[in-house]
Order: sequence, then C-alpha cells, then structure tokens
Amino acid sequence: MKIGVLALQGDFAEHAAVLRRVGVDAVEVRLPHQLDELSGLIIPGGESTTIGKLAVLYHLIEPLRAFAAARPIWGTCAGAIFLSKDARREQPLLAVMDITVERNAFGRQVDSFEIDLTVPALVDSAQPFHAVFIRAPLIERVGPGVQVLARLPDPAGQPDSGRIVAAQQGRLLATAFHPELTGDDRFHRLFVSLAAA
Amino acid sequence: MSKQNGNSATGTVAVKRGLAQMLKGGVIMDVVTPEQAKIAEEAGAVAVMALERVPADIRATGGVARMSDPEVILRIIDSVTIPVMAKCRIGHFVEAQVLEALGVDYIDESEVLTPADEEHHVNKHDFKVPFVCGCRNLGEALRRIAEGAAMIRTKGEAGTGDVVEAVRHGRAVLGEIRRLQTKADEELFTYAKEIGAPYELVKETKDLGRLPVVNFAAGGIATPADAALMMQIGVDGVFVGSGIFKSGDPAKRAKAIVQATTHCRDAKIIAEVSRSLGEPMVGRTAASLPEAEQLAGRGW
Repeated sequence: MKIGVLALQGDFAEHAAVLRRVGVDAVEVRLPHQLDELSGLIIPGGESTTIGKLAVLYHLIEPLRAFAAARPIWGTCAGAIFLSKDARREQPLLAVMDITVERNAFGRQVDSFEIDLTVPALVDSAQPFHAVFIRAPLIERVGPGVQVLARLPDPAGQPDSGRIVAAQQGRLLATAFHPELTGDDRFHRLFVSLAAA
Repeated sequence: MSKQNGNSATGTVAVKRGLAQMLKGGVIMDVVTPEQAKIAEEAGAVAVMALERVPADIRATGGVARMSDPEVILRIIDSVTIPVMAKCRIGHFVEAQVLEALGVDYIDESEVLTPADEEHHVNKHDFKVPFVCGCRNLGEALRRIAEGAAMIRTKGEAGTGDVVEAVRHGRAVLGEIRRLQTKADEELFTYAKEIGAPYELVKETKDLGRLPVVNFAAGGIATPADAALMMQIGVDGVFVGSGIFKSGDPAKRAKAIVQATTHCRDAKIIAEVSRSLGEPMVGRTAASLPEAEQLAGRGW
C-alpha cells in the first residue's frame, strides 16, 4: 500500500518514517499528479498559512478535495486546520471536514504542552496516548456527521465534556496534536486501516 | 486534569524541539516592522525574526548591537499568526528572560549581535521558550545542544548576501556527520574530545545519522537558487535575513524563495520563480570583510 504525505512544508519526513515503520510505502506529494495511485494522504504539522498558500500556487486545492471525496486523509495540527470548514480567519482551506477550529488556541510557544489522552478508537485503548501539542489548534465545533475521538481532560472532571482534540468524519481524520513525534504508532495504524478498507 | 490522564507538562524537550520540526522545509525571514512581517506571512514564511535592524544595516551602522526594543517585537507579534523569533546577545541571559516574558516563540542566541559574554553561552535548559543557536561545525552544534538549544542553524556570514560561508558551514556539519557514521564506536570517545562535544551527543548523532535537532542554514542566502542550494546540501530549512527586505521587490522575492525551498529539487520551478525578481541585495563578498567585521567567529 502507498500512502502519500503532503510535503509542501512541515514535519512530513517524521510522518513518512512512521509509515515505513508500520510497513507502508510513504510517498512525498508536492504536485497534483503525485496523488495518483495513493490509498490515503497525510497532511503533516507545519504552518497552515504556508501549506495553504503553496497548495493554492501549485493548483492542489481541487485535486485534494476530489481526493477527500474518495480516499482517506488525515491532518495533524496544521493539517487538521487545512481540512476544516472554518478556521475563523482568512486563509486557504480544503473545507472538507465539518469542523470549526481555533488556531493557536492555547497561547504562544511557552504554552505548548504534552499530556496523556484516552482514545477509545485506538487498539489497546486502555493505554493512554501520549500527545504533544505545539502552538496547537482546538476543534471548537463538530458537525452532525463527525465523531469525537479524543478530548482533553475536563478541568472539573466531567466525562465527555473536555475540549475536542481529535475527530473523524468517515474517512477523514483530524488531530490537533502530533502522533508522528512520539514512538506510539497507534494513530498511524488506525489511519492505515482506513486506507486499507 | 483528571488523575488517570496524568498532568500536562510545558517547556519540555519534545515541545521545544517539536516547534522547530514544524518549521522544516520552510523559510524564516528577518523583519523590522509589522508591515514587513505581514508581507513575509503573505509570501508563505513559516516564522519571522523580529529585529530593529537587519544584519546588513547592523554592519553599516557599527557600534554595539543589542536585543531589539520590546515595543518593536510586540507590534510584530500582534501583526501575524505565524511564530515570532527574536535575538538576544550571546551569553546575555537577561535579554533572553525579557524575550521569554514578551512571549516570543523562539530565541536566537545570535552572533549577529555583539556578544555579552566571551566565555559562556546562555544555559538554555533554564527556559521554557526554545532557543536556536548558530554553528560552524559539528562540535559547535553539539556544544549548543548540550546547553539546551532546541534548533541549530549554520552561521554563514550574515548581512553579506554572499552564500559561500553558509555553504562552508553547512558542508562542514553535514560532512562531519557522514564521516562520524564511518567511525567505530570505540573511536567516538577520542573524537568527542577532539571536537569538544559531549560523548553522549556524539553517539546519538552517529546513531541517528543527523543532528538530534532540526538544522537550518543562515547567513548570506539572497536568491531562490541560494535557498535550494542549501536545501539540496541537506539542511532542513533556511533563514533569510537582509536578502529579502534589502532587495528591489521584497514581496516577490520572498514568495519565490519560499517556492524554491519547497521545490528545491525541481529546477524548472526554481527557474520559473527566479524570473524578473528585480534587484537582489547589493551584497559584499565575505572574503572582503576584515576580520573584525566577520560575525561567524563570535561564539565558540
């Protein structure tokens, strides 16, 4: 199986390394024709404004929308912003996932953090998933067809009321954090299973 | 935070090095006003370096070069959504404390400013904000990482528009890493002593086949082809200082350098974006600089 990683800017090499570790061919994508023959695509972390502008310049927006209509896409951090319908400011978006995101929702770099999350959709879900949030967005709103995969722990300890940091809409996956920066490849395996389906 | 999920932690090595990983394949641009910062963001910069003067003007003005006015930095922070970096003098940990308090996203402990300490760099482990530091060779890079740098950039010779020193330092670091991988493990102890770097970091670099942190190029990059040259030599991204806003058409040149960095192995794209960019920065050959004006020798 071949899975692409959008390589306009960001930590695409880190995603490709995890894909190879779980036994998948990883292909760097910079131009529309490179989307051919892929079973899925990861949009990495990076700067969402930079990725969006380069996607517009190289005529990738419509081919990526067509890709999302038929094949799985997973966006991490900047990639999740790029998938969203609304990032509450002017910037190029694919607008294929019915979510609203708030960019830099936690503040500046000194507020970036690591935390353990409970993610029922993963294998071995009793094991927490260690998540790295870097100038991360939050998923403020999810549409009716969107399933919440992970939330931050609620400060008051209420279940199912923490802020949303991972979501799935059919074959589309969005995480506000960076599974590619940890040794835990369960999110990558979840995505590979979507691509294999 | 609920107990079974543990506590969150800020200022960790993973989040400090991680931000640099998000900048990979990108261009970080020197800016001196909010208007320039917006031009940089619009062109696709992944971050801006907020300064009072670009290196070419620091050279022209002479005198002591210090941390920028916090007012300038704050106005630039307010003007863009991309990360904002700022420079402190080598060893000036109070300037670094001030920059952290202002909320900058990365501190460049930079040889472009006049060093404040001729023996010691800042102990960067003491900070939640990450640091990037310059280097000319592998030993210098690993010494800075030992002090807590979360990102490295080769020094080049800032404010010249002459790429030759950036190439020299990039090739030195990457070539030394390639040679390191041919060494037997028992040879690493003496090698670590020879290059003045901690053994553990030498071993880690050998095992990884690269620096343990992201490595950009800086100092003299002025054209799209310069940026692509450094990327093909093997760095993770580029800093462009005076090269953009000292040129004839900064917006166009900035956009072209961003595209050449992404498509660094596609000569047709580099050719296309290099057309009609207007005047590049005038430039001074690095070889013509008297020793006292060479910035790369600052730091050790």
